[in-house]
Amino acid sequence: MSGQVQSGDAALFEFLCRLGDNTLVLGHRVSEWCGHAPVLEEDIALANTALDLIGQTQLWLGLAGEVEGKGRDADALAFLRDVWDFRSVLLTEVPNGDFGRTLMRQFLFDAWHSIYLGRLLKSSDKRVADIAEKASKEVAYHLERSADTVVALGDGTEESHQRMQAALAYLWPYVGEMFEGDAVDAAMVEAGVAPDPASLRAEYDALVGRVLADATLEMPEGRFAHKGGRDGRMHTEHLGHILTQMQWLQRAYPGASW
Amino acid sequence: MYAQMIKSAGTGVKSPEEMTPEERRFQAHVDANEKVEPKDWMPDDYRATLIRQIGQHAQSEIDGQLPEGNWITRAPTLERKAILLAKVQDEAGHGLYLYCAAETLGISRDELTEDLLSGKMKYSSIFNYPTLNWADIGAVGWLVDGAAIMNQVPLQRTSYGPYSRAMIRICKEESFHQRQGYDIMMKMAQGTEAQKRMAQDALNRLWFPSLMMFGPSDKESVHSAQSMAWKIKINTNDELRQKFVDQTVPQAEYLGLTVPDETLKWNEERGHYDFAEPDWKEFFDVLKGNGPCNTDRLTARQEAWKEGKWVRDAMMAHARKKAAAKVAAE
Repeated sequence: MSGQVQSGDAALFEFLCRLGDNTLVLGHRVSEWCGHAPVLEEDIALANTALDLIGQTQLWLGLAGEVEGKGRDADALAFLRDVWDFRSVLLTEVPNGDFGRTLMRQFLFDAWHSIYLGRLLKSSDKRVADIAEKASKEVAYHLERSADTVVALGDGTEESHQRMQAALAYLWPYVGEMFEGDAVDAAMVEAGVAPDPASLRAEYDALVGRVLADATLEMPEGRFAHKGGRDGRMHTEHLGHILTQMQWLQRAYPGASW
Repeated sequence: MYAQMIKSAGTGVKSPEEMTPEERRFQAHVDANEKVEPKDWMPDDYRATLIRQIGQHAQSEIDGQLPEGNWITRAPTLERKAILLAKVQDEAGHGLYLYCAAETLGISRDELTEDLLSGKMKYSSIFNYPTLNWADIGAVGWLVDGAAIMNQVPLQRTSYGPYSRAMIRICKEESFHQRQGYDIMMKMAQGTEAQKRMAQDALNRLWFPSLMMFGPSDKESVHSAQSMAWKIKINTNDELRQKFVDQTVPQAEYLGLTVPDETLKWNEERGHYDFAEPDWKEFFDVLKGNGPCNTDRLTARQEAWKEGKWVRDAMMAHARKKAAAKVAAE
């Protein structure tokens, strides 16, 4: 679907689902840490990050439902679509792993998220710009925290350094998908709603490169990218399990009000 | 009540003649409703009892993340998920303020954490019960936070300044949690047949464990008398339990739910509800570690601490390197 030329609203709907599904799936993953973090302050910070991401999901998917105009609200989109209709990038779906991998994933996502939202502030669609304005304040903080943690853990001890380098090696092939473009992106660029994802890569590499250097970690050389999440063509196996949990009550008791 | 069965250190309330001059001055200060601050002189037993009480409360807030966290990934709407995340985050924050209050008494957070992980320091019995359906999250807010508030509101006036100030902050958030819990119960009780069944099931399982939160009757207890004389306990367990029942029964009726106690009856003469005591044998079993979730809860905390060691070590190592680099640059 996303490979074809789309009408304005259909492309806008896809674009909004991409933003909302990223925050929904990553928020879910981060929330899995609740009560299990290495130290109390991290429990609080992780819950806070998840809370921000779920709040952003309500805004993005809420607007997506409005644009679609078929009466679906944010909850209907979050809880009643199956895997193939999700538009989250694969990076958000991968399991948490240890705390280091969770924070490395957060950093790799936050760096992209902050740059992307920064561009959306100038979106021609005021509704998009308004959400971006609110979200970008939260995400600036997420990035500060995840970058600081990556630096501390990369630099900390021999063990933490190795764990962070391994986390980076595992996650790096999922980075490239965030910079892929397709017909939906072309339509968004054309309408002045959003930037071409590929145009953000240089800024991203510079930002990530600085933090990784402070963390004494080596940026992997490969540019291979796993793809298929943001266009729904091929998600990870993990997403189905996430949805099984997330959507269970809505699926088991259809029509109930909670 | 997040602190149960707190044994005061010492042997009970001393008469003024038995007190040392310092103890007499201290008691007069407390009797005049003046706050005790960290640098003030205080009896060793006062300090030790407070550490136990605040420590147990802190551990309960931290362990309380687990039964509620159990439903975050399955919350039925985005709004409910956000509210639950915010609540669990608040609980962890309460743990943090309480640790800070305990630290002013000369015990470190690491010592308190070790005591929790070794099982030496207890946490409230309520968190050793499972959350089995979504209405449990409503019932935890309504009943468990409701019972906690019952005890914590008077503790805002407790004699120890840092504890009192922590309680003032905590109570504001807890009342909010209780309203949110009741709101879930309203939705469930007015919902489909299945939702009503969930709500009744949650009340059936959580009613007596909630009554246990106040602890067994302590009207005869010397520990309780000492704590009350020191104003680190304001009401007896029975007073608080009665107040909780009197407040909660009409709320259950409003929801159209049945309190699982056939003996429950309004007593016109007393102006209170008569109600059945919980099964205290079960309560002591839970305290001994035989509740439905004790092993899982403690194991979860132990594993989190063990698996987080490399992170804490790395953070410390990085902080030391940064400090050294700063010194070198100066």
